[in-house]
Amino acid sequence: MKENILIPVKKIIAFLYMLGGLVNLIIQTFYWIFIPPFKKERILYQAKRAGFDSLPLISLIALFIGIIMALQTAYQLQRLGSEMYIASIVALSLVRELGPVITALVVAGRVGAAITAEIGSMQVTEQIDALQTLATNPIKYLVVPRFLALSFMVPILTLYADIVGIFGGYLICFLKLNVSSSMYLNLTFDSLLFKDLFSGLFKAFFFGMIIALVSCYEGFNVEGGAEGVGRATTRAVVTTFILIIACDCFFTALFYFIFP
Amino acid sequence: MIEIIELSKSFNNHKVLDNLSLRVDKGSTCVVIGRSGCGKSVLLKHIIGILKPDKGKIFIDGKEVTTLKEKELNQLRLKIGMVFQGGALFDSLTVEENVGFGLTEHNQIKSEELEERINESLRLVGLEGIKHLMPSELSGGMKKRVALARAICIRPEIILYDEPTTGVDPITADGINTLIRNLHDKLKVTSIVVTHDMKSAYKIADKIAMLYQGRIIAEGSPSQIQNTDNPVVYQFINGLAEGPITEMEAVYGLW
Ligand SMILES: Nc1ncnc2c1ncn2[C@@H]1O[C@H](COP(=O)(O)OP(=O)(O)O)[C@@H](O)[C@H]1O
Ligand SMILES: [Mg+2]
Repeated sequence: MKENILIPVKKIIAFLYMLGGLVNLIIQTFYWIFIPPFKKERILYQAKRAGFDSLPLISLIALFIGIIMALQTAYQLQRLGSEMYIASIVALSLVRELGPVITALVVAGRVGAAITAEIGSMQVTEQIDALQTLATNPIKYLVVPRFLALSFMVPILTLYADIVGIFGGYLICFLKLNVSSSMYLNLTFDSLLFKDLFSGLFKAFFFGMIIALVSCYEGFNVEGGAEGVGRATTRAVVTTFILIIACDCFFTALFYFIFP
Repeated sequence: MIEIIELSKSFNNHKVLDNLSLRVDKGSTCVVIGRSGCGKSVLLKHIIGILKPDKGKIFIDGKEVTTLKEKELNQLRLKIGMVFQGGALFDSLTVEENVGFGLTEHNQIKSEELEERINESLRLVGLEGIKHLMPSELSGGMKKRVALARAICIRPEIILYDEPTTGVDPITADGINTLIRNLHDKLKVTSIVVTHDMKSAYKIADKIAMLYQGRIIAEGSPSQIQNTDNPVVYQFINGLAEGPITEMEAVYGLW
């Protein structure tokens, strides 16, 4: 009985411990970003893996989200007889919210999990130790390229997802609801302000950093062989999902109150 | 010279190293023997500064490893090669990139020279013509030898071997022993080899030290160790199931 009461307490302590570890990793990562030598190829390679290779999946998901959004909005607006607002609602929700969040969740599942598994298996097979014995800092070698690649690729992917999603909405309006192309485009661009785009991409930038840091952190802290790698990967994905949604809530509120 | 003074290390209240002291003279080969799980790998990781001790000091050529800053520590590490138990090859890199890693990472030499050094290192371990394979395409014994090539490619003054002959066939094992011997004879490398392979120990050691319950309980030349009157050492080197080591475990439980 007493132990059951202690479980939440233990979980909170474990969570605080992880936050401490993450803060430490953030500080070290920022330190090592500015220490030469700078190896461009490593960042580009990670950017390709995280960004370019995610394009098919992001395209598919963003297209579906755009279509779903258009259909849902159409259903509600039909009752009010104001279908022409579909364009602006789809564009705004995508650019401000869905684009960054969906992209981040996809990247967390696809790329973040892979990072944890990769670094985790390096940890259990002593490759991280081997890096150190070869006078190479693991944070510089492993975390910095992934961190930079993800911080820049998630916003770029988000922009791409926004465009594909808007195209998905357009397909529905054009094919099903007889809204003309020029009208859809005009309504889309008229409704979008710079601050909408900025808040979306700013969030995406943050999400990219969260994915990289949490995934690397969990990878480094794997214990107990292959099974441990599996557990850490699950934990990395779950933690990133929670942090992404929590940060999204925070930033949405922040932008809402700062730039009403 | 490597000098370890009263080194202690615990993991979660389990004392792995307990006031361990050991001295390895320059240019000599010291073999540390002991059972699996007695802390041999932990000892090596302290020497190269991957693990920090709870207590104690380690001097390498007069430098105190445990208090060095990362930058100085890395300079020292460029003079030390380490061969890990399972090889610890980077599995995203080819054999060639693995072997040359220490040199390319620190931009120490030109590319033709680098190529030459990689070839030379692979030749020394008897593995030519596998430069473009990935570690996943190698057998266990080959991995170990590539790991050895990676360690010697930086031309270290000190090499730490973690069970270099465990898990390889007897012929490869003998090849590795000969190589360790040659590095010692020709290049005057200082080596610490941890192993529980007694045949290998007798062949390569200038000095054998036995690690038991966190400390060195006996040390001496191979012949001194062979003629030991310490019952614990006697049981270990002769591989007997019955003796003081197993009796202790019956009392305190296996760890
Ligand atoms: N990073 C670590 N965290 C916790 N315990 C460890 C760690 N490294 C080693 N140990 C423990 O230390 C003991 C000695 O391990 P090790 O040095 O690997 O043994 P061996 O002599 O076989 O090389 C083992 O009981 C192991 O569980
Ligand atoms: Mg070991």
